[in-house]
Parts: sequence; structure tokens; C-alpha cells
Amino acid sequence: MHSSSDASSDSATTCPHLVALEQAFGPLESSMFRSQQRVVVPAADSFAALALLKDRGFDLLVDVSCVDYLEYRGAKHRYGLVYLLASTHSPDRLTVRVFADDPEPTVASVVPLWEAANWLEREVWDLFGIRFTGHPDLRRLVMPEAFTAHPLRKDYPLQGRGERHNFPVITRDHS
Amino acid sequence: MSIAPAEFDAPPERRSEDYLWTLNFGPQHPATHTTLRLVLKLEGERVVDAMPEMGYLHSGFEKIGEHLTFNQYVTVTDRMNYISPMANNVAWHHAVEKLLGIELTPRCTYIRTIIAELARISDHLLCNGAVGLDTGAFTFFLYAFYQREVIYDIFETLCGARFTNSYTRVGGVSQDMTPLVIEKIRSFLKTFPKTLDDMERLLNRNRIFVDRTKGVGVLTKAEAINRGATGPVARASGVTRDLRRDEPYLAYADLDFQVCCASAGDCYARYLVRMQEMRESLKIVEQALEQLPEGPVNVGIDQRTALPTKKQVYSTIEGTISHFELSMSNRGFEVPCEESYAAIEAPNGELGFYIVGDGEDVAYRARCRPPSVLHFAMFPHLIRGHTLSDIVAVLGSLNIIAAELDR
Amino acid sequence: MALTQPMASSGAPQLELPENVVVSRLDELANWCRKNSLWPMPFATACCGIELMATGAAKHDLARFGAEVFRFSPRQCDLMIVAGRVVMKMLPVLQRIWQQMHEPKWCISMGACASTGGVFDTYAVVQGIDRFIPVDMYVPGCPPRPEQLIQAIIDLQDKIQREGTITGREFNTRQRQDRKRALVESPLPLTLDASRNPNIQRQLSGSVTTGRP
Repeated sequence: MHSSSDASSDSATTCPHLVALEQAFGPLESSMFRSQQRVVVPAADSFAALALLKDRGFDLLVDVSCVDYLEYRGAKHRYGLVYLLASTHSPDRLTVRVFADDPEPTVASVVPLWEAANWLEREVWDLFGIRFTGHPDLRRLVMPEAFTAHPLRKDYPLQGRGERHNFPVITRDHS
Repeated sequence: MSIAPAEFDAPPERRSEDYLWTLNFGPQHPATHTTLRLVLKLEGERVVDAMPEMGYLHSGFEKIGEHLTFNQYVTVTDRMNYISPMANNVAWHHAVEKLLGIELTPRCTYIRTIIAELARISDHLLCNGAVGLDTGAFTFFLYAFYQREVIYDIFETLCGARFTNSYTRVGGVSQDMTPLVIEKIRSFLKTFPKTLDDMERLLNRNRIFVDRTKGVGVLTKAEAINRGATGPVARASGVTRDLRRDEPYLAYADLDFQVCCASAGDCYARYLVRMQEMRESLKIVEQALEQLPEGPVNVGIDQRTALPTKKQVYSTIEGTISHFELSMSNRGFEVPCEESYAAIEAPNGELGFYIVGDGEDVAYRARCRPPSVLHFAMFPHLIRGHTLSDIVAVLGSLNIIAAELDR
Repeated sequence: MALTQPMASSGAPQLELPENVVVSRLDELANWCRKNSLWPMPFATACCGIELMATGAAKHDLARFGAEVFRFSPRQCDLMIVAGRVVMKMLPVLQRIWQQMHEPKWCISMGACASTGGVFDTYAVVQGIDRFIPVDMYVPGCPPRPEQLIQAIIDLQDKIQREGTITGREFNTRQRQDRKRALVESPLPLTLDASRNPNIQRQLSGSVTTGRP
């Protein structure tokens, strides 16, 4: 993870959820930026950590997305998953980061915890190629089924590789 | 496919699966609100299962975000929820300014509040209008569209475009609000409540509309939270979460308004919540217009984010330097190498952007968190057991905008 | 217009017509009927779709031009208005709907995205539907104002009047068969001096025709 701006290794005193996480999983990298609490959870413990957070009151999964750090200065891992959690009965928000690497990046699916993760994880699979174990229906969401690449990866060009124009042409005399 | 007479009256458990009929609904269909696709398994007229499919408008918005500067990308955010583009502009620059740590001028916060609420009225008018149109009420749709033309006229006087405005900039807005715009908004505030009354009189107690929407597509509170619903869809199920009140941004902390909720969670509740939210938006706009502070609308030139006025560029050295720094392509704003997320209460729900900065004025990753994805994902859950004609009512009430859904 | 003047071939006697008789060609009559009752098939995908709906709504009424019925079934329409960006997942759907429409049929490409790809030069968006569908009229704008779309309908009506035939012969001409390209593609980097670029030389002198006759 890139360097955090506000040093907060003692944020355990400010955020009770972090305290609970560190009690269960050992010391975790965390930081605070623009009043947003972030915490990095190892990939092996991601499901257990998120289940713990759900029990502690984060009942709304706001977003599951991914960042490809291939061209980022000082990145240690290639894929950084972002879980944005919020609560409907308190103003807490938390950003949980889980990192994965090539080849075959794999993370546990959180669909058993929040049904909202179903399509969000399908989209991450489609656009980044991160496999979610335990997902009930992992297939492409926004790209056509026959598409083979994962477009939002940094090594895939913006204009694509010619897939967008690979169709038959209909002229006036055909139709 | 022929059905043996003996099977026709058989109870559901004894029928074979072949009895079910697969119907493809979309992506080109008048009621699918642009490109959505549903593959339905029907038993007669009853929907047994529905498999929604999206991606028919996926244009690679998030990848474009990695190639355009923050001020250029606002043109692309317009094309996401194109029913209320001002709200998307406000959301994007809210996220960018949070990342950059910029504090807006008071006048700018009020102007952005006013345009965000006008965008909310515009969005709810179209959503309810489309629900009316799909269930057969064409006059209601025309009333709604006429009022939207009035709002378009306001936006056109303000910034030159009817919709797809690209009005906000980093640190401010592109043009200040002129007295003509304020006058037009005031006259809209005078005439709109009467039209809203007319529209409510058309449908609120209309027997056909109520029969078609009450009890249809019921979303319970627990399911709404589990499936990530936000905005009017969640509030109609009893989730009292509104970012304008819970995490106030712009000028909402100074304004007095109510959060509209219902508990039934059906299409009728969502319709009523949106109608009431329009009234609350009118109140907000009225208060904001009265309290609109004078002063500069863009942040000062010492912050090196908003372009200075020509007068400042030609007469002060700070203005010249600031203009140079912003316009030269290898300079630009100072962006921290950090990531942040900021959301606003868009008309559709919680619209947020997760932006990763890497020091350049082009985002490294610009992720849009669209409310429509989660709403469309819960469509099968809402429609099981209802009939074919309820599909349009439910789909319309969820307000799924395909461009926001697919990005 | 030719409807009011009696035809006269050289040397032949002129026809004496009473006031309530006009002489014309069957093609002209068919064109006049077809142009004034174009039934649009709105293929609305994105933001231009909203402007299309606004054009059909009360303030800028498209029904005045005969395009009243927005039938959503391709079997009942003769004018397909593609409003909005077409992505590669949607293109086969567009082609299938075009093929389902009966002749005579015309296509308006509304907006920058349908005409050339617009702001979206990305992996998913087709850079102009005229690469895959024959297009008759392009409407620029992002989104075009309703008045621009109405102008396009009026221009299409003029085109139908000028070129139409009752049997649809105009759809079989060689010019229609050539694929239209909004921009000439050059596989090599363009040199600043067009006269030294062999690809542009070929295109300028060659037989690729674009646009209308």
C-alpha cells in the first residue's frame, strides 16, 4: 500500500472497529485520510474480517471495486480490492482493502454476507479478472460473454484490440 | 408447445419445467428505459423467474477516467445519469475536491445545492412520468415533460446547454448565476407547485394506477439493506438514510427540509416518496435562493485550482502565474498520491466516486459507484410471482438509467 | 414541383386539363405519401434518447411532420432513429432490428455517438453505426437540440421526395452499396503534407464515395 498521509498507527484508540479487527487478526495496516478510515486486511482473512465488521453494525455494503496498481509508483501488489462499508444506524464508514496478485488473483466472495456483492463482484471479475471463490454465479456482467480480455486492467489499451469493429457489415442491398 | 389438458389444472408441483415459457424482454423495448434486457420464465402470465442482463450500454467510462483530467471528465459524468446530469457533475467534483482538499466558497456551495435540487426535481419528474407512461397515463407524462422543459430552459440560461451541462469545475463552477437565472428559478418555484398538484390529482387516487402499483414489487426493509438499495427505493421501504441529512455536504446543513420515507416498499410507495421529495426540493431551492451569499464563486487564485478571471490574469502577477500553472499541460493541480471516496445523495440513491490520485491531474482510477446496478440486481427478487404487466411498473419505479448502470 | 405542370414532350400537343386534375409520376405520389407519414422506430440507447422523447413531447412536437406514431415494433416502422451510443454488445441487436424492418426504410443517426462514436473512443463503443448499417441522415450534436432533429426529418423528407421511387429502386444503386465512412482510416501515421501520404492520395483520387448524391 502506498504511504499514508496522516500517520495513525495509534488510530486504535480512535476507532473501535479497528480495535476489534486487530484483536482478531493481529496488527493491521491502517490510515486515515480526509476523515476516512482505511484498513488493509490480508486476503486469507478477508471473509472473516468482513463478517466481523458486519456483526459490528456495518449492514450496508456500499461498493466493491478494484484498482490495478500496475503503473503506480511504489506499489507492492497489483490488484487492490476496495470494500466500502457503511451503516444505516450510525454515521460510521470504513474502507477495507484487500490485495491480490498475478497470476490468478483470488479472493473469497462476500455474497453470503451481503447480497449486494453479487453483481459488484461479477463486475470486478469481468473488468479485472479477479476470481471470487464461493460466488454463486461468477460470469461476465458488462462485457459480452464471448469477450476474452479484462478491459480495465492497465495493460489493456483504451481503444481495445479491435473487438469493437469485428462485426459483419449490412449494406443496402442486403437488408 | 402443446399442453395436455390433464396437465392444465395440475397443481404447480406436478407440472414439468418445460411448461414454463421463456420470453426475452429487451434490450430494445419501449418499457425497458433504454438498453436493459430481461429473460423471463413465465408460467402463463406469472413470472416464475427473471434473469436481468446489462452491459448493452457499457462504454468504458471508468477507463476514460484514466485519460482525462478532472475538468475534462465532468463532460463524461454528464452522460452517466443523463436524466439529472447536474447531480453527476456535483458528485464528481465533490469527490475530486475532497481528494484535493479544496474548500469551496459559500456562494458556490449554494449554487451547487440549487442546481442539484433542480436536477432532483427533473429526475423524479421523468421517473414518475415514465411510470405513468408505462402504466398508460400519457397526460401525466406530458405534464412532467413540459415541466422538465422549463428546467431545461433554466439550465440553458445558466450554462448554455439543456442537459449534459458540464457545469461544475474544480474549485467552483464555470459561470456564475446571473439575475436572469434567479428570476427564472423564482418563476418556476411559483408555477411548479400548481402543476404538481394537478399531477397528483391525476394519479394519486386513480383506481387503475393504484391497483397496478399497490402491493407490487414489495421490498422489505431488511432486504433493502442487504441488497444495497439507497435513495428513494430504500426510503420507500423504511430505511431512513439520506446523505443530505446524515453526512451533510454543500449547503444542506444550513437548510431546513424533511427526509421523505414510506414503509410499504411497493411501487406506489416509491411513487409517493418521489412526489413528496419534489416538494421538499422546492423548499430547499427557495431557502437557498433567499440565503444565496454574495461573493466570488470560484476559489481564490492562491489555491491554484480554478482558472482566474481574465482581469486577474492581466493585472496581477499571481493571476498570471496561476493561469500558466493550470493551463500548461505538464503542470496543473497538485494531487496527493492518495485515494478517497465521496458520495452525494443523487436523485437515484448514493452516487459516489472512488478516486485514486497519483500526483498528476489525471485520475489514476475513477470508479463510479452507481445506485442503478444494485437496484437492477434486485429486480428478480421483486418480480417473482407477479404478472407480465407488473414488470413495467416495477422496472419504472426502480428508476434504472442504463448509462449509469453500465457506465 | 412537377405536380402542377403538365408534361410536354417536344413537338407533341399539350394536354388540356381541367382545374381539378394534376398529372404527375407515380413515384412523386408515392414519395409524397411516404415522406409525410414516416413512422419512426426509436432506437434510443442513451442521452440522445431523452432529446428524442423531448422532440416527441409537447413543446417540439414531431407529430406535426407526420411522424406521430413511435411504433416500437420494427415490422411497423419505416424510419429508424438511432439515438445514442451503440456498443459492441448492442450492435447485433441493432442489425437484427434493421433487418426486421420492411423496405422502404431509412435511418437517421442522431447525435455524435451514433454518427462517429462521439466522446467515447473506447474499447466498447462502435465508432459510428454507418460502419455496419446504411445511414441516410446524420444529426450532429451532443445531444442535438430537438430543433436539429426536426431539421433532419425535414431534410430526410426532401431526400425522399427527390430520390424516391415507388418500387424502391433507389435502394439498389451501387452508391448505396458502398459503405460510408465518416472519417478515412489510415493505418500509417498521417504526415503533415497530405500530398506525400500515399493512402490519402489513393483515397482522394479513388472511387470511395461518401454522402448523398
